[in-house]
Amino acid sequence: MKADPKRVLTGEHYLDGDHACAEGALAAGCTFIAGYPITPSTEVVERISERIPTVGGIFIQMEDELASMAAVVGASWSGAKALTVTSGPGFSLMMENIGLACMLEAPCVIINVQRGGPSTGLPTLTGQADMMQVRWGSHGDYEIIALSPNSPQECFFFTIKAFNLSEKYRVPAFVMTDECVGHMTEKVIIPEADKIELFQRRYTKLPPEEYLPFKPGPNLVPEMVKAGDGYRIHATGLTHDEKGYPVMNWEAQEKLVRRLVEKIRKNADDIVEYEEEETDDAEIVLLSYGISSRVAIPAIQKARAEGIKVGVLRLIVVWPFPEKRVYELSKKIKAFVVPEINYGQIVLEVERSVHGECDAILVPHGGGWVHNPEDIYRGIKEAVK
Amino acid sequence: MTEIRISGFGGQGIIRCGYIIGKAASIYDGKSATLTQSFGPEARGSACSAQVVIEKDRVLYPYITVPNILVAMSQEAYTKFESNLEKNGILLIDQDLVKPEKRRDQIKFYSIPATRIAEEMGNKIIANIVMLGFFTAVTKVITKEAGRKAIFGSVPERYIELNLKAFDQGYEFGKKLLSESS
Repeated sequence: MKADPKRVLTGEHYLDGDHACAEGALAAGCTFIAGYPITPSTEVVERISERIPTVGGIFIQMEDELASMAAVVGASWSGAKALTVTSGPGFSLMMENIGLACMLEAPCVIINVQRGGPSTGLPTLTGQADMMQVRWGSHGDYEIIALSPNSPQECFFFTIKAFNLSEKYRVPAFVMTDECVGHMTEKVIIPEADKIELFQRRYTKLPPEEYLPFKPGPNLVPEMVKAGDGYRIHATGLTHDEKGYPVMNWEAQEKLVRRLVEKIRKNADDIVEYEEEETDDAEIVLLSYGISSRVAIPAIQKARAEGIKVGVLRLIVVWPFPEKRVYELSKKIKAFVVPEINYGQIVLEVERSVHGECDAILVPHGGGWVHNPEDIYRGIKEAVK
Repeated sequence: MTEIRISGFGGQGIIRCGYIIGKAASIYDGKSATLTQSFGPEARGSACSAQVVIEKDRVLYPYITVPNILVAMSQEAYTKFESNLEKNGILLIDQDLVKPEKRRDQIKFYSIPATRIAEEMGNKIIANIVMLGFFTAVTKVITKEAGRKAIFGSVPERYIELNLKAFDQGYEFGKKLLSESS
Protein backbone atom coordinates (compact mmCIF):
# COMPACT_ATOMS: atom_id res chain seq x y z
CA MET A 1 0.00 0.00 0.00
CA LYS A 2 1.27 3.49 -0.87
CA ALA A 3 1.05 6.59 1.28
CA ASP A 4 -1.87 8.97 0.80
CA PRO A 5 -0.69 12.03 -1.23
CA LYS A 6 -2.95 14.24 0.92
CA ARG A 7 -0.76 13.41 3.91
CA VAL A 8 2.66 13.69 2.33
CA LEU A 9 4.34 17.08 2.16
CA THR A 10 6.44 16.21 -0.89
CA GLY A 11 9.39 18.52 -1.44
CA GLU A 12 12.57 19.87 0.11
CA HIS A 13 12.12 21.34 3.55
CA TYR A 14 14.30 22.84 6.25
CA LEU A 15 12.98 21.07 9.35
CA ASP A 16 14.09 20.14 12.81
CA GLY A 17 14.07 16.49 13.84
CA ASP A 18 10.88 16.84 15.88
CA HIS A 19 8.96 18.35 12.97
CA ALA A 20 10.39 15.69 10.66
CA CYS A 21 9.04 12.98 13.01
CA ALA A 22 5.64 14.66 12.80
CA GLU A 23 5.72 14.63 8.99
CA GLY A 24 6.88 11.01 9.03
CA ALA A 25 3.95 10.04 11.24
CA LEU A 26 1.47 11.83 8.96
CA ALA A 27 2.97 10.23 5.86
CA ALA A 28 2.78 6.83 7.57
CA GLY A 29 -0.96 7.29 7.96
CA CYS A 30 -1.09 8.13 11.67
CA THR A 31 -4.70 9.01 12.48
CA PHE A 32 -4.52 9.34 16.26
CA ILE A 33 -2.11 11.01 18.60
CA ALA A 34 -2.55 11.34 22.33
CA GLY A 35 0.13 13.16 24.22
CA TYR A 36 1.19 15.20 27.15
CA PRO A 37 3.79 17.55 25.66
CA ILE A 38 7.19 17.54 27.31
CA THR A 39 10.49 19.17 26.38
CA PRO A 40 12.32 18.36 24.11
CA SER A 41 9.55 16.50 22.25
CA THR A 42 6.95 19.27 22.32
CA GLU A 43 7.55 20.36 18.72
CA VAL A 44 6.41 16.96 17.43
CA VAL A 45 2.93 17.32 18.90
CA GLU A 46 2.87 21.04 18.17
CA ARG A 47 3.18 20.33 14.47
CA ILE A 48 0.91 17.28 14.41
CA SER A 49 -1.80 19.08 16.38
CA GLU A 50 -1.89 21.73 13.64
CA ARG A 51 -1.58 19.39 10.69
CA ILE A 52 -3.57 16.29 11.63
CA PRO A 53 -7.06 17.87 11.53
CA THR A 54 -6.38 18.98 7.94
CA VAL A 55 -5.58 15.46 6.71
CA GLY A 56 -8.02 13.40 8.77
CA GLY A 57 -7.12 12.43 12.29
CA ILE A 58 -7.30 13.38 15.93
CA PHE A 59 -4.91 14.93 18.40
CA ILE A 60 -5.86 14.82 22.08
CA GLN A 61 -3.86 16.54 24.75
CA MET A 62 -4.26 14.15 27.68
CA GLU A 63 -4.06 14.74 31.40
CA ASP A 64 -0.79 12.83 31.73
CA GLU A 65 1.41 10.21 30.12
CA LEU A 66 -0.39 7.23 31.69
CA ALA A 67 -3.58 8.32 29.99
CA SER A 68 -1.75 9.14 26.75
CA MET A 69 -0.42 5.62 26.42
CA ALA A 70 -3.75 4.09 27.46
CA ALA A 71 -5.56 6.14 24.81
CA VAL A 72 -3.05 4.97 22.21
CA VAL A 73 -3.74 1.32 23.02
CA GLY A 74 -7.49 1.88 22.77
CA ALA A 75 -7.24 3.85 19.55
CA SER A 76 -5.05 1.16 18.03
CA TRP A 77 -7.67 -1.51 18.76
CA SER A 78 -10.34 0.68 17.19
CA GLY A 79 -8.40 0.64 13.91
CA ALA A 80 -6.33 3.82 14.21
CA LYS A 81 -2.64 4.12 13.54
CA ALA A 82 -1.78 5.54 16.92
CA LEU A 83 1.16 7.55 18.20
CA THR A 84 2.40 9.18 21.35
CA VAL A 85 5.45 11.32 21.89
CA THR A 86 7.42 11.95 25.05
CA SER A 87 10.76 12.27 26.81
CA GLY A 88 12.40 10.78 29.95
CA PRO A 89 9.98 11.49 32.81
CA GLY A 90 6.95 10.90 30.59
CA PHE A 91 8.50 7.72 29.24
CA SER A 92 8.75 6.36 32.79
CA LEU A 93 5.06 7.09 33.33
CA MET A 94 4.13 5.26 30.13
CA MET A 95 5.83 2.03 31.10
CA GLU A 96 2.81 0.29 32.60
CA ASN A 97 0.63 0.83 29.55
CA ILE A 98 3.48 0.02 27.18
CA GLY A 99 3.34 -3.40 28.83
CA LEU A 100 -0.40 -3.43 28.15
CA ALA A 101 0.27 -2.62 24.48
CA CYS A 102 2.69 -5.56 24.33
CA MET A 103 0.19 -7.90 26.00
CA LEU A 104 -2.74 -6.75 23.83
CA GLU A 105 -0.49 -6.73 20.76
CA ALA A 106 -1.65 -3.23 19.92
CA PRO A 107 0.32 -1.79 17.01
CA CYS A 108 1.48 1.69 18.05
CA VAL A 109 4.44 4.02 17.83
CA ILE A 110 6.12 5.87 20.68
CA ILE A 111 8.63 8.60 19.93
CA ASN A 112 11.06 9.28 22.78
CA VAL A 113 13.11 12.44 22.26
CA GLN A 114 15.69 11.53 24.89
CA ARG A 115 17.06 14.12 27.30
CA GLY A 116 19.46 13.93 30.23
CA GLY A 117 18.25 11.95 33.26
CA PRO A 118 17.60 10.42 35.74
CA SER A 119 14.41 12.10 36.97
CA THR A 120 13.72 15.53 35.44
CA GLY A 121 17.44 15.74 34.64
CA LEU A 122 18.20 18.04 31.73
CA PRO A 123 14.95 19.02 29.99
CA THR A 124 16.63 21.00 27.21
CA LEU A 125 19.77 18.91 26.71
CA THR A 126 20.47 15.60 25.09
CA GLY A 127 20.94 12.03 26.36
CA GLN A 128 20.80 8.39 25.18
CA ALA A 129 20.19 6.84 28.54
CA ASP A 130 16.73 5.33 27.94
CA MET A 131 18.05 2.59 25.66
CA MET A 132 17.68 -0.17 28.25
CA GLN A 133 14.47 1.27 29.65
CA VAL A 134 12.85 1.01 26.23
CA ARG A 135 13.78 -2.68 26.14
CA TRP A 136 13.04 -3.68 29.72
CA GLY A 137 11.15 -0.81 31.37
CA SER A 138 7.79 -2.51 31.78
CA HIS A 139 7.42 -5.59 33.92
CA GLY A 140 7.23 -9.12 32.56
CA ASP A 141 8.77 -10.73 29.50
CA TYR A 142 8.22 -9.17 26.11
CA GLU A 143 9.98 -7.85 23.02
CA ILE A 144 9.73 -4.49 21.34
CA ILE A 145 11.24 -2.80 18.29
CA ALA A 146 13.33 0.38 18.57
CA LEU A 147 15.00 2.56 15.93
CA SER A 148 17.43 5.41 16.42
CA PRO A 149 17.83 8.25 13.88
CA ASN A 150 20.81 10.61 13.63
CA SER A 151 19.36 13.40 11.48
CA PRO A 152 16.03 15.10 10.78
CA GLN A 153 15.95 13.26 7.44
CA GLU A 154 16.14 9.96 9.30
CA CYS A 155 13.53 11.14 11.80
CA PHE A 156 11.14 11.30 8.86
CA PHE A 157 12.00 7.88 7.41
CA PHE A 158 12.45 6.02 10.71
CA THR A 159 9.06 7.15 11.98
CA ILE A 160 7.51 5.59 8.86
CA LYS A 161 9.59 2.44 9.38
CA ALA A 162 8.44 2.29 13.01
CA PHE A 163 4.79 2.40 11.95
CA ASN A 164 5.35 -0.31 9.35
CA LEU A 165 7.16 -2.65 11.74
CA SER A 166 4.63 -2.00 14.46
CA GLU A 167 1.73 -2.86 12.16
CA LYS A 168 3.47 -5.94 10.80
CA TYR A 169 4.38 -7.44 14.17
CA ARG A 170 1.64 -5.94 16.33
CA VAL A 171 4.11 -4.62 18.82
CA PRO A 172 4.95 -1.14 20.15
CA ALA A 173 7.72 0.36 17.98
CA PHE A 174 9.87 3.15 19.33
CA VAL A 175 11.70 5.99 17.65
CA MET A 176 14.53 6.63 20.09
CA THR A 177 15.71 10.03 18.99
CA ASP A 178 17.28 12.63 21.27
CA GLU A 179 17.30 16.36 22.00
CA CYS A 180 20.24 17.06 19.70
CA VAL A 181 18.61 15.43 16.67
CA GLY A 182 15.14 16.64 17.67
CA HIS A 183 16.20 20.27 17.84
CA MET A 184 18.66 20.41 14.95
CA THR A 185 17.35 21.82 11.70
CA GLU A 186 18.51 20.42 8.37
CA LYS A 187 17.29 19.71 4.89
CA VAL A 188 14.62 17.01 4.80
CA ILE A 189 13.57 15.57 1.46
CA ILE A 190 10.04 14.22 1.54
CA PRO A 191 9.45 11.94 -1.45
CA GLU A 192 6.30 11.58 -3.48
CA ALA A 193 3.55 9.61 -1.77
CA ASP A 194 3.81 6.73 -4.25
CA LYS A 195 7.46 6.23 -3.26
CA ILE A 196 6.45 5.60 0.37
CA GLU A 197 5.48 2.00 1.03
CA LEU A 198 3.16 1.37 3.99
CA PHE A 199 2.38 -1.93 5.64
CA GLN A 200 -1.32 -2.54 5.84
CA ARG A 201 -2.62 -4.01 9.07
CA ARG A 202 -3.89 -7.57 8.62
CA TYR A 203 -7.59 -7.79 9.42
CA THR A 204 -9.35 -11.11 9.59
CA LYS A 205 -11.61 -12.32 6.82
CA LEU A 206 -13.16 -14.95 9.06
CA PRO A 207 -16.77 -14.61 10.22
CA PRO A 208 -17.23 -13.65 13.90
CA GLU A 209 -18.11 -17.21 14.97
CA GLU A 210 -14.79 -18.58 13.70
CA TYR A 211 -12.49 -15.70 14.62
CA LEU A 212 -10.01 -16.05 17.49
CA PRO A 213 -8.37 -12.72 18.31
CA PHE A 214 -5.10 -14.20 19.63
CA LYS A 215 -4.65 -17.13 17.28
CA PRO A 216 -1.25 -16.75 15.63
CA GLY A 217 -1.30 -16.03 11.89
CA PRO A 218 1.69 -15.40 9.58
CA ASN A 219 4.92 -14.73 11.55
CA LEU A 220 3.15 -15.73 14.79
CA VAL A 221 1.13 -12.51 14.56
CA PRO A 222 -2.66 -12.77 15.04
CA GLU A 223 -5.05 -11.05 12.66
CA MET A 224 -6.99 -8.09 14.03
CA VAL A 225 -10.52 -6.79 14.00
CA LYS A 226 -11.63 -3.27 14.71
CA ALA A 227 -13.56 -2.72 17.89
CA GLY A 228 -17.06 -1.84 16.76
CA ASP A 229 -17.07 -4.01 13.62
CA GLY A 230 -19.44 -6.53 15.13
CA TYR A 231 -16.94 -9.06 16.43
CA ARG A 232 -17.39 -9.86 20.11
CA ILE A 233 -13.87 -9.80 21.43
CA HIS A 234 -12.23 -9.77 24.78
CA ALA A 235 -8.85 -8.13 25.28
CA THR A 236 -7.19 -8.21 28.67
CA GLY A 237 -3.85 -7.58 30.28
CA LEU A 238 -4.29 -10.86 32.11
CA THR A 239 -2.70 -13.95 30.60
CA HIS A 240 -5.19 -15.13 28.00
CA ASP A 241 -5.94 -17.89 25.55
CA GLU A 242 -6.57 -17.53 21.82
CA LYS A 243 -10.11 -16.37 22.54
CA GLY A 244 -8.68 -13.58 24.66
CA TYR A 245 -10.19 -14.93 27.87
CA PRO A 246 -8.12 -14.90 31.07
CA VAL A 247 -6.51 -18.25 31.90
CA MET A 248 -4.55 -18.42 35.11
CA ASN A 249 -2.13 -21.28 34.66
CA TRP A 250 1.42 -21.89 33.53
CA GLU A 251 0.46 -23.61 30.30
CA ALA A 252 -1.40 -20.56 29.03
CA GLN A 253 1.42 -18.31 30.23
CA GLU A 254 4.01 -20.43 28.43
CA LYS A 255 2.04 -20.43 25.19
CA LEU A 256 1.33 -16.70 25.20
CA VAL A 257 4.59 -15.24 26.49
CA ARG A 258 6.63 -17.55 24.33
CA ARG A 259 4.77 -16.33 21.25
CA LEU A 260 5.09 -12.64 22.28
CA VAL A 261 8.84 -13.13 22.50
CA GLU A 262 9.25 -15.39 19.50
CA LYS A 263 7.27 -13.27 17.08
CA ILE A 264 10.15 -10.81 17.31
CA ARG A 265 13.10 -13.17 17.95
CA LYS A 266 12.19 -15.58 15.14
CA ASN A 267 11.66 -12.70 12.75
CA ALA A 268 14.76 -10.78 13.86
CA ASP A 269 16.41 -11.18 10.44
CA ASP A 270 13.50 -9.34 8.88
CA ILE A 271 13.48 -6.58 11.50
CA VAL A 272 17.18 -5.96 12.23
CA GLU A 273 18.71 -3.21 10.11
CA TYR A 274 22.17 -1.67 10.22
CA GLU A 275 24.72 0.08 8.06
CA GLU A 276 28.04 -1.70 7.72
CA GLU A 277 31.17 -0.19 6.29
CA GLU A 278 34.75 -1.39 5.77
CA THR A 279 34.43 -4.35 8.12
CA ASP A 280 36.14 -6.82 5.76
CA ASP A 281 39.66 -6.29 7.07
CA ALA A 282 38.78 -4.20 10.12
CA GLU A 283 40.76 -4.40 13.32
CA ILE A 284 38.30 -2.28 15.21
CA VAL A 285 34.58 -1.85 14.60
CA LEU A 286 32.86 1.25 15.82
CA LEU A 287 29.34 0.25 16.87
CA SER A 288 26.93 3.05 17.59
CA TYR A 289 23.47 4.45 17.01
CA GLY A 290 21.61 7.77 16.88
CA ILE A 291 23.55 11.02 17.19
CA SER A 292 26.62 9.21 18.59
CA SER A 293 27.00 7.29 15.34
CA ARG A 294 27.24 10.60 13.53
CA VAL A 295 29.69 12.52 15.69
CA ALA A 296 31.87 9.39 15.61
CA ILE A 297 32.54 9.82 11.88
CA PRO A 298 35.27 12.51 12.24
CA ALA A 299 36.99 10.23 14.78
CA ILE A 300 36.81 7.28 12.39
CA GLN A 301 38.19 9.41 9.56
CA LYS A 302 41.08 10.58 11.73
CA ALA A 303 41.93 7.04 12.84
CA ARG A 304 41.77 5.72 9.26
CA ALA A 305 44.07 8.52 8.11
CA GLU A 306 46.61 7.12 10.55
CA GLY A 307 46.26 3.67 9.03
CA ILE A 308 44.05 2.14 11.70
CA LYS A 309 41.54 -0.22 10.12
CA VAL A 310 38.22 0.90 11.55
CA GLY A 311 34.97 -0.58 10.36
CA VAL A 312 31.50 0.66 11.20
CA LEU A 313 28.39 -1.11 12.38
CA ARG A 314 25.79 1.58 12.75
CA LEU A 315 22.48 0.37 14.17
CA ILE A 316 19.32 1.63 12.52
CA VAL A 317 17.23 -0.84 14.50
CA VAL A 318 18.72 -1.08 17.99
CA TRP A 319 16.14 -3.56 19.33
CA PRO A 320 16.09 -6.35 18.44
CA PHE A 321 19.87 -6.19 18.69
CA PRO A 322 21.86 -7.62 15.74
CA GLU A 323 23.55 -10.18 17.95
CA LYS A 324 24.29 -12.61 15.12
CA ARG A 325 26.24 -10.06 13.09
CA VAL A 326 28.05 -8.74 16.15
CA TYR A 327 29.17 -12.28 17.02
CA GLU A 328 30.37 -12.97 13.46
CA LEU A 329 32.42 -9.78 13.44
CA SER A 330 33.79 -10.38 16.92
CA LYS A 331 35.68 -13.44 15.68
CA LYS A 332 37.84 -11.39 13.29
CA ILE A 333 38.37 -8.12 15.13
CA LYS A 334 40.21 -6.87 18.18
CA ALA A 335 37.46 -4.79 19.69
CA PHE A 336 34.18 -2.99 19.30
CA VAL A 337 34.28 0.65 20.32
CA VAL A 338 30.89 1.82 21.52
CA PRO A 339 30.26 5.53 22.06
CA GLU A 340 26.90 6.30 23.67
CA ILE A 341 25.53 9.15 25.75
CA ASN A 342 25.15 7.09 28.91
CA TYR A 343 27.40 5.16 31.23
CA GLY A 344 27.08 1.84 29.45
CA GLN A 345 23.85 0.38 28.06
CA ILE A 346 24.10 -0.95 24.50
CA VAL A 347 27.74 -1.82 25.20
CA LEU A 348 26.39 -4.47 27.62
CA GLU A 349 24.51 -6.04 24.73
CA VAL A 350 27.71 -5.98 22.69
CA GLU A 351 29.61 -7.69 25.53
CA ARG A 352 26.91 -10.34 25.72
CA SER A 353 26.90 -10.94 21.97
CA VAL A 354 30.66 -11.28 21.46
CA HIS A 355 30.87 -14.26 23.84
CA GLY A 356 34.37 -13.27 24.89
CA GLU A 357 35.75 -13.29 21.32
CA CYS A 358 36.83 -9.64 21.42
CA ASP A 359 36.76 -6.56 23.64
CA ALA A 360 33.89 -4.11 23.94
CA ILE A 361 35.15 -0.66 24.83
CA LEU A 362 32.67 1.92 26.00
CA VAL A 363 33.19 5.60 25.28
CA PRO A 364 30.69 7.04 27.74
CA HIS A 365 29.18 10.51 28.01
CA GLY A 366 27.04 11.53 30.95
CA GLY A 367 24.59 13.54 28.83
CA GLY A 368 23.87 17.22 28.23
CA TRP A 369 25.97 17.32 25.08
CA VAL A 370 27.25 14.99 22.37
CA HIS A 371 30.71 13.41 22.40
CA ASN A 372 33.69 15.39 21.36
CA PRO A 373 34.95 13.33 18.37
CA GLU A 374 38.41 13.48 20.01
CA ASP A 375 37.12 11.31 22.89
CA ILE A 376 35.89 8.70 20.44
CA TYR A 377 39.20 8.86 18.60
CA ARG A 378 40.98 8.17 21.91
CA GLY A 379 38.65 5.19 22.44
CA ILE A 380 39.73 3.80 19.06
CA LYS A 381 43.41 4.35 19.92
CA GLU A 382 42.94 2.55 23.21
CA ALA A 383 41.28 -0.35 21.39
CA VAL A 384 44.22 -0.96 19.01
CA LYS A 385 46.77 -0.97 21.83
CA MET B 1 33.36 24.47 6.76
CA THR B 2 31.86 27.73 7.99
CA GLU B 3 30.58 28.18 11.52
CA ILE B 4 28.24 31.07 12.16
CA ARG B 5 26.70 32.48 15.31
CA ILE B 6 23.81 34.94 15.09
CA SER B 7 23.12 36.55 18.45
CA GLY B 8 20.94 39.18 20.05
CA PHE B 9 18.09 39.13 22.50
CA GLY B 10 14.91 37.06 22.44
CA GLY B 11 12.28 38.54 20.14
CA GLN B 12 14.64 40.09 17.58
CA GLY B 13 14.20 37.22 15.14
CA ILE B 14 17.67 35.86 15.74
CA ILE B 15 16.62 32.23 15.31
CA ARG B 16 14.59 33.12 12.24
CA CYS B 17 17.65 34.78 10.74
CA GLY B 18 19.73 31.65 11.37
CA TYR B 19 16.94 29.50 9.96
CA ILE B 20 16.87 31.48 6.69
CA ILE B 21 20.67 31.28 6.34
CA GLY B 22 20.59 27.50 6.85
CA LYS B 23 17.67 27.04 4.50
CA ALA B 24 19.29 29.20 1.81
CA ALA B 25 22.57 27.30 2.03
CA SER B 26 21.13 23.79 2.12
CA ILE B 27 18.12 24.03 -0.15
CA TYR B 28 19.04 26.74 -2.67
CA ASP B 29 22.86 26.78 -2.69
CA GLY B 30 23.29 23.01 -2.73
CA LYS B 31 25.39 22.79 0.42
CA SER B 32 24.61 21.23 3.82
CA ALA B 33 23.64 23.39 6.76
CA THR B 34 22.74 22.47 10.30
CA LEU B 35 21.00 24.97 12.56
CA THR B 36 21.01 24.63 16.31
CA GLN B 37 19.75 27.12 18.84
CA SER B 38 19.84 27.94 22.51
CA PHE B 39 16.88 26.55 24.39
CA GLY B 40 15.70 27.02 27.93
CA PRO B 41 15.39 29.94 30.28
CA GLU B 42 18.69 31.44 29.18
CA ALA B 43 17.20 31.97 25.73
CA ARG B 44 14.07 33.81 26.87
CA GLY B 45 14.46 37.58 26.77
CA SER B 46 18.18 37.71 27.40
CA ALA B 47 21.14 36.84 25.18
CA CYS B 48 19.93 34.44 22.54
CA SER B 49 21.82 32.73 19.78
CA ALA B 50 21.39 30.61 16.69
CA GLN B 51 24.27 28.57 15.33
CA VAL B 52 24.68 27.41 11.76
CA VAL B 53 27.34 25.03 10.47
CA ILE B 54 27.71 25.01 6.67
CA GLU B 55 29.63 22.31 4.81
CA LYS B 56 30.09 21.46 1.16
CA ASP B 57 29.21 17.84 1.96
CA ARG B 58 27.49 16.49 5.05
CA VAL B 59 27.66 18.25 8.41
CA LEU B 60 28.87 15.61 10.88
CA TYR B 61 29.38 17.45 14.14
CA PRO B 62 26.23 19.58 14.49
CA TYR B 63 27.49 22.27 16.87
CA ILE B 64 29.80 25.19 16.25
CA THR B 65 33.09 25.13 18.14
CA VAL B 66 34.97 28.30 17.13
CA PRO B 67 32.71 30.41 14.91
CA ASN B 68 34.18 32.10 11.83
CA ILE B 69 31.38 34.63 11.75
CA LEU B 70 29.61 36.37 14.63
CA VAL B 71 26.55 38.56 14.13
CA ALA B 72 25.75 40.57 17.27
CA MET B 73 22.50 42.49 17.58
CA SER B 74 22.70 43.35 21.28
CA GLN B 75 25.41 44.53 23.64
CA GLU B 76 24.86 41.55 25.94
CA ALA B 77 25.24 39.10 23.09
CA TYR B 78 28.36 40.87 21.91
CA THR B 79 29.89 40.73 25.39
CA LYS B 80 28.96 37.08 25.82
CA PHE B 81 30.11 35.76 22.45
CA GLU B 82 32.83 38.07 21.08
CA SER B 83 35.75 36.36 22.76
CA ASN B 84 34.82 33.04 21.13
CA LEU B 85 35.06 34.44 17.57
CA GLU B 86 37.88 32.93 15.53
CA LYS B 87 41.10 34.95 15.38
CA ASN B 88 40.63 35.94 11.74
CA GLY B 89 36.86 35.87 11.95
CA ILE B 90 34.20 38.26 10.71
CA LEU B 91 32.19 40.37 13.15
CA LEU B 92 28.93 42.01 12.10
CA ILE B 93 27.07 44.31 14.46
CA ASP B 94 24.06 46.55 14.61
CA GLN B 95 25.96 49.78 15.24
CA ASP B 96 23.17 51.45 17.22
CA LEU B 97 22.81 48.51 19.61
CA VAL B 98 26.39 47.37 20.05
CA LYS B 99 29.37 49.47 21.08
CA PRO B 100 32.44 47.29 20.57
CA GLU B 101 34.66 47.54 23.63
CA LYS B 102 37.88 46.40 22.13
CA ARG B 103 38.97 46.13 18.56
CA ARG B 104 40.80 42.98 17.59
CA ASP B 105 43.18 43.78 14.75
CA GLN B 106 42.92 40.53 12.84
CA ILE B 107 39.16 40.29 12.60
CA LYS B 108 37.12 41.81 9.81
CA PHE B 109 34.62 44.19 11.27
CA TYR B 110 31.44 45.49 9.61
CA SER B 111 28.57 47.48 11.06
CA ILE B 112 25.12 48.53 9.92
CA PRO B 113 22.30 50.43 11.63
CA ALA B 114 19.97 47.51 10.89
CA THR B 115 17.31 48.38 13.44
CA ARG B 116 17.26 52.06 12.39
CA ILE B 117 16.90 51.08 8.72
CA ALA B 118 14.06 48.74 9.67
CA GLU B 119 12.34 51.50 11.66
CA GLU B 120 12.66 53.86 8.71
CA MET B 121 10.98 51.20 6.60
CA GLY B 122 8.12 51.26 9.08
CA ASN B 123 8.71 48.19 11.27
CA LYS B 124 11.68 47.36 13.44
CA ILE B 125 10.61 43.72 13.44
CA ILE B 126 12.42 43.31 10.10
CA ALA B 127 15.80 44.40 11.50
CA ASN B 128 16.88 40.75 11.44
CA ILE B 129 16.20 40.57 7.71
CA VAL B 130 18.09 43.82 7.06
CA MET B 131 20.97 42.17 8.91
CA LEU B 132 20.49 39.02 6.85
CA GLY B 133 20.84 41.01 3.61
CA PHE B 134 23.92 42.74 5.01
CA PHE B 135 25.36 39.38 6.11
CA THR B 136 24.77 37.97 2.61
CA ALA B 137 26.56 40.86 0.88
CA VAL B 138 29.50 41.04 3.27
CA THR B 139 30.26 37.38 4.00
CA LYS B 140 29.07 35.81 0.69
CA VAL B 141 28.36 32.64 2.68
CA ILE B 142 25.02 32.37 0.88
CA THR B 143 24.09 33.78 -2.51
CA LYS B 144 21.70 36.68 -2.81
CA GLU B 145 19.25 34.56 -4.83
CA ALA B 146 19.24 31.80 -2.22
CA GLY B 147 18.73 34.29 0.59
CA ARG B 148 15.75 35.86 -1.14
CA LYS B 149 14.21 32.50 -2.04
CA ALA B 150 14.62 31.23 1.52
CA ILE B 151 12.55 34.15 2.83
CA PHE B 152 9.49 32.65 1.15
CA GLY B 153 7.82 30.26 3.56
CA SER B 154 9.96 31.55 6.44
CA VAL B 155 7.99 34.73 7.21
CA PRO B 156 4.22 35.37 7.25
CA GLU B 157 2.95 35.59 3.69
CA ARG B 158 1.52 39.07 3.98
CA TYR B 159 4.95 40.41 4.97
CA ILE B 160 6.99 38.80 2.20
CA GLU B 161 7.29 41.98 0.14
CA LEU B 162 8.40 43.97 3.17
CA ASN B 163 10.93 41.31 4.12
CA LEU B 164 12.35 41.13 0.60
CA LYS B 165 12.73 44.91 0.62
CA ALA B 166 14.45 44.74 3.98
CA PHE B 167 16.79 42.07 2.64
CA ASP B 168 17.64 44.17 -0.40
CA GLN B 169 18.28 47.28 1.70
CA GLY B 170 20.69 45.41 3.93
CA TYR B 171 22.33 43.80 0.92
CA GLU B 172 22.84 47.13 -0.87
CA PHE B 173 24.21 48.71 2.31
CA GLY B 174 26.75 45.89 2.53
CA LYS B 175 27.71 46.07 -1.13
CA LYS B 176 28.26 49.82 -0.88
CA LEU B 177 30.33 49.41 2.27
CA LEU B 178 32.56 46.84 0.55
CA SER B 179 33.09 48.98 -2.55
CA GLU B 180 33.96 52.01 -0.41
CA SER B 181 36.46 50.10 1.67
CA SER B 182 38.18 48.44 -1.28
